[in-house]
Amino acid sequence: MIGGLFIYNHKGEVLISRVYRDDIGRNAVDAFRVNVIHARQQVRSPVTNIARTSFFHVKRSNIWLAAVTKQNVNAAMVFEFLYKMCDVMASYFGKISEENIKNNFVLIYELLDEILDFGYPQNSETGSLKTFITQQGIKGQHQTKEEQSQITSQVTGQIGWRREGIKYRRNELFLDVLESVNLLMSPQGQVLSAHVSGRVVMKSYLSGMPECKFGMNDKIIIDKAGKGGVTNEAGKSDLGGGGSTSGKQSIAIDDCTFNQCVRLSKFDSERSISFIPPDGEYELMRYRTTKDIILPFRVIPLVREVGRTKLEVKVVIKSNFKPSLLAQKIEVRIPTPLNTSGVQVICMKGKAKYKASENAIVWKIKRMAGMKESQISAEIELLPTNDKKKWARPPISMNFEVPFAPSGLKVRYLKVFESKLNYSDHDVIKWVRYIGRSGIYETRC
Amino acid sequence: MTDSKYFTTTKKGEIFELKAELNSDKKEKKKEAVKKVIASMTVGKDVSALFPDVVNCMQTDNLELKKLVYLYLMNYAKSQPDMAIMAVNTFVKDCEDPNPLIRALAVRTMGCIRVDKITEYLCEPLRKCLKDEDPYVRKTAAVCVAKLHDINAQLVEDQGFLDTLKDLISDSNPMVVANAVAALSEIAESHPNSNLLDLNPQSINKLLTALNECTEWGQIFILDCLANYTPRDDRESQSICERVTPRLSHANSAVVLSAVKVLMKFMEMLPKDLDYYGTLLKKLAPPLVTLLSAEPELQYVALRNINLIVQKRPEILKHEMKVFFVKYNDPIYVKLEKLDIMIRLASQANIAQVLAELKEYATEVDVDFVRKAVRAIGRCAIKVEQSAERCVSTLLDLIQTKVNYVVQEAIVVIKDIFRKYPNKYESVIATLCENLDSLDEPEARAAMIWIVGEYAERIDNADELLESFLEGFHDESTQVQLQLLTAIVKLFLKKPTETQELVQQVLSLATQDSDNPDLRDRGYIYWRLLSTDPVAAKEVVLAEKPLISEETDLIEPTLLEELICHIGTLASVYHKPPSAFVEGSRGVMHKRLPARTGSGEGTECPDVGNAAGGSAPEAAPSIIPSQGDLLGDLLNLDLAPPTTTGPTPSTSGMQMGGMDLLGGGLDSLMDESEPPHVPLQTDPPQSPSPQPPSPVYTHTDYTYTDYSHTDSPPDHSSTEHSPPAELGGDIGGSPAMGAGFGAAPTVMPASLNAPVGGGLGDLFDLGGGVGMPMGAYIPPKTVWLPAMKAKGLEISGTFARRAGVIQMELVLTNKAMSVMTDFAIQFNRNSFGLAPAGPLQVLTPLGPNQTIEVSLPLSTVGPVMKMDPLNNLQVAVKNNIDVFYFSCQYPISMLFVEDGKMERQVFLATWKDIPNDNESQFQIQDCHLNSEAASNKLQGSNIFTIAKRTVEGQDMLYMSIKLSNGIWVLAELKVQAGNPNYTISLKCRAPEVSQCVFQCYEAVLKN
Repeated sequence: MIGGLFIYNHKGEVLISRVYRDDIGRNAVDAFRVNVIHARQQVRSPVTNIARTSFFHVKRSNIWLAAVTKQNVNAAMVFEFLYKMCDVMASYFGKISEENIKNNFVLIYELLDEILDFGYPQNSETGSLKTFITQQGIKGQHQTKEEQSQITSQVTGQIGWRREGIKYRRNELFLDVLESVNLLMSPQGQVLSAHVSGRVVMKSYLSGMPECKFGMNDKIIIDKAGKGGVTNEAGKSDLGGGGSTSGKQSIAIDDCTFNQCVRLSKFDSERSISFIPPDGEYELMRYRTTKDIILPFRVIPLVREVGRTKLEVKVVIKSNFKPSLLAQKIEVRIPTPLNTSGVQVICMKGKAKYKASENAIVWKIKRMAGMKESQISAEIELLPTNDKKKWARPPISMNFEVPFAPSGLKVRYLKVFESKLNYSDHDVIKWVRYIGRSGIYETRC
Repeated sequence: MTDSKYFTTTKKGEIFELKAELNSDKKEKKKEAVKKVIASMTVGKDVSALFPDVVNCMQTDNLELKKLVYLYLMNYAKSQPDMAIMAVNTFVKDCEDPNPLIRALAVRTMGCIRVDKITEYLCEPLRKCLKDEDPYVRKTAAVCVAKLHDINAQLVEDQGFLDTLKDLISDSNPMVVANAVAALSEIAESHPNSNLLDLNPQSINKLLTALNECTEWGQIFILDCLANYTPRDDRESQSICERVTPRLSHANSAVVLSAVKVLMKFMEMLPKDLDYYGTLLKKLAPPLVTLLSAEPELQYVALRNINLIVQKRPEILKHEMKVFFVKYNDPIYVKLEKLDIMIRLASQANIAQVLAELKEYATEVDVDFVRKAVRAIGRCAIKVEQSAERCVSTLLDLIQTKVNYVVQEAIVVIKDIFRKYPNKYESVIATLCENLDSLDEPEARAAMIWIVGEYAERIDNADELLESFLEGFHDESTQVQLQLLTAIVKLFLKKPTETQELVQQVLSLATQDSDNPDLRDRGYIYWRLLSTDPVAAKEVVLAEKPLISEETDLIEPTLLEELICHIGTLASVYHKPPSAFVEGSRGVMHKRLPARTGSGEGTECPDVGNAAGGSAPEAAPSIIPSQGDLLGDLLNLDLAPPTTTGPTPSTSGMQMGGMDLLGGGLDSLMDESEPPHVPLQTDPPQSPSPQPPSPVYTHTDYTYTDYSHTDSPPDHSSTEHSPPAELGGDIGGSPAMGAGFGAAPTVMPASLNAPVGGGLGDLFDLGGGVGMPMGAYIPPKTVWLPAMKAKGLEISGTFARRAGVIQMELVLTNKAMSVMTDFAIQFNRNSFGLAPAGPLQVLTPLGPNQTIEVSLPLSTVGPVMKMDPLNNLQVAVKNNIDVFYFSCQYPISMLFVEDGKMERQVFLATWKDIPNDNESQFQIQDCHLNSEAASNKLQGSNIFTIAKRTVEGQDMLYMSIKLSNGIWVLAELKVQAGNPNYTISLKCRAPEVSQCVFQCYEAVLKN
């Protein structure tokens, strides 16, 4: 298991050092600094073995987090733990920076004591941690016995992510379907790979211990319901987020993963998503689709080399969605060679600028409706070089935001049941929103 | 509040000041002081001098202060053991505190203080905490047992904590269960023989229940523990798999990977024809792909694991090539891993796409990545024959870019392509030669020199080219020097007239001016060889090279099996067994996959691999048992002949014949109880001496040079792990063979061997001749195992039934350069229980270019498993080099027994009795026999005509067949005079066989 955990600043100075196992000595701290942080080469692996000691590291801005071990630990777990550790710290004091870490070092030690015991990760849900570890020192000494045992039962209990006795005057929930659409397209317009990775983020402000059931236009469920000849009564309580409720438009989900609150065995057997939600904001599920993706934009590049000192670039972008919808924050990034000496740009819409420091022409358009087309053309002057190596021509990348889900996912219902308290599904105010963003959206040129 | 100020105290006399503050009366001041101490400790300053003062602050009701003091204690107690005792009282008192958080804190901290005297005091509080009413305290106490065990294992055993810990596995709280499992697993690891984690169906059931309820981390502990369990049979295996699969949808990648580990391991036990097996395979792909959208560090871990999974079960991800395409912004470690997997998944179906991608990558910035991409193109050429031409032209395009490292890398891989497809792409040599001057890396230079030497006769100025390298001979690396020496000798043997001077020059450079022993020895060998017998020299140096294998960097199968058991862990990231990077006893225990067993059958069949895997996992595997395990896994076989129960000395003696003593490492390792084998392994000829080249020595050298020739893309990990059998076998075997070998390598062994093989064949022929008047149909021999796939061993053969005995007639041809010995054969379970009735009789070693015919009598009493197609037979053949697998189809007619003639009445009754659904009809076309001749011919193959009826010029023949397993097949054959097309109806209670029987009819009638 994890033998020790160190946090360094960008210079390699130790900010936090917590050793859990006897086989990790003080020299391990220095070994990582010398061999990884101060190494001249770019990092070649997130796992480094130095003198039979293994170091796992992740970097957040300029802070290094390193977990150390001498055993054959579960590597995936160590990284998951490091990410979780970052999340926990961020939820306590915001951005992970040298200053914040120094300001909260006592708190961090307390957290490390609680979430990692003898190198075994323990409860790391911020919801329950915050009930007894706070920035104002530890609660606990003034609590009643009931409160104390409530804390411990929550920390160790089956529903560690939610505490009892939450009350809201207005029961409300917000669902965000956030998708990032990824594309790699050949210069000829052939889709080399495309996938959507989506997240359903929920903000719940619900009283008591509500039981929730979430439904979407997942092909498997819809087909199942269709076969059975039973109209899904849940279909009636549509949230009105995305139009038609009939199971016509269903999507094939390649794979999905769920927050730990979701009952996985139930999903496996019935494919129904039921859970008791954590309070506040959390990620309910992640999913991935590869079939029938709506690619919001198509990029058509044309690069022509005119002699050795000039390039002509023409890029057309086409929006490919309903004309009534508006895409925002559109940015096209056209890479230029390192020996570029000057660039002239003409674009029909938006603003374009050559940014020498980034070796790219950046073309920004604030808004663009569906089924439209726009064009940019540029002349790039090159300095003559005797570098034999040809320019690698990095792909043209794009950023944008659209108000629909490129995967076609629709929320069909989210039902809330709380038997003990006096509110029903109809009393809950529900909101749903779809945002599609560009992930890695590249077209080779 | 800002704590950062504590980091900035660097004044002199700081310790003194702190001391004063620690002893202050004001609580706030005390707390501030302790914080300063902790900050100094973090930065690495020695503040141990403050020990008594800090410990004095421990008696406080301020929890925050208490925690800080504990932190200090954990760090310094070991350096001040005597003073640490001062803290004991507070700990003991805190363990009784009404607040469960404080009780847990005390027991947690106490376990971290590694001072013997303290541990004694820890026992009583720990015992209480293990039975505490609060689950939070119990879960903390469970981990504390592991801590205590780490300090003093004996104490934990004496105090009976292990039993209490075992009881916690049945605790009502899932987190307590998870921590108890984690603690027990860790303790069990350092006691490989103890039965600590007594996993049985009941306890497994408890774990699976807890799995649904505990935290993500707890799920990982439980899954990792489950992976160590070996289910009793395939049913249990399936039910566990069913309960583990939901975890594949967990958001935590580690949970997913641990679940994959359990599934990959338990799948091994499921019969492949089970529907569930296919379902499971399909379920594994999506979560693995999802892991690739995780953060880059996790992607890296996932990719390293996928690399293993793809080698073990390529079918899982074969359609997912696209997700491994490299993204421009991927970190370099992700890029390199993706590239590796792309090559593994490359197949004829996707090769065009892969090549287009690889070409794209070859223009990127990162040098390592570009090199690997170029190398990958070469590997595609070797792997997918159809793509070779396209790969070569892509490589040529890349060479035209003139980017130095791209050119060098391309030349290295082109050399391998030449090795794989000799005499096909030599037209590109001219282009390669143009780039001679730009090569500055030893590997590329050596590759180029190899090409020039190998194709010297086609390169007009080969002598000039090689001479140009010779100028700076002493500045070259050894690799280049050796290659240059060999290449010039080759050149000389091909063009002796013009190159005498050159060869003398290089020989003298190598033998007189070099102090590298390898180079000098090789130089002497060539020299003597050339001066004593140039013909022999030609035989040796210009001999046909063994083909290189498709996959050069596969992980050795036994290691792969072990790594599959370690999915998700560091071992799977490093691709090394834990013993390679973990100190001490932990992780030394080798894990392996369970053998596939049918329900209930598993225990009956004598299976070495199974027995070793199931009942004695602690035995450290030597090379042979693990090989056996590999067999056991893939084909459910063991190494010994099937009639015996294990590799006893007598069987191996019989099997290997006289060669046993000389047969190298493999066999001597197999019977470790037999000491006489061991000293023979270190044969005297191994020690090189430049003195008179005896024939034996020549042979050794021969192997040696060949090694440098086979120098395909060096993958150190694979050479490291591959068993030394190849080398050992060659060298060990040389004294026996050597005498004949140096002089006339092809003639002698062949003549030695022929009488034996032929004699055997004759004997069987005789036997066959007596029994059958007509002679049963014997299909012509076909090649079952091409030499390319079996490191030079070619196997062709057929099946026959002679005098009621089923024979497998094999022709073994050695197309490799080294002698093959120690043949053994095994079948996988098959539809009719075919199994060898005796060992494979290859008594003499098989020399290069030598062929031997062997007949293997078969029995039908082996284990049965339905195959698809029904008459498919999977065979494993072992020799001193490796184990090879192939499958072949046997004509079902050899299973038709002699007493297959049915009584007429019985026939009629049976025909009616079999439902019409079981009847199948076939057409036999273009058969020009009349019914009489057909009937006679069929009788030769034990297809008996019972009755004949003529209706409207159409002969109806009624026939019966009995299979060796007692199944009857009834047939009705319609023969119309003048019509070459017969119609046949088959009825059988097991309709699956009809298709095969029909094929036999067709084969028999048409031959």
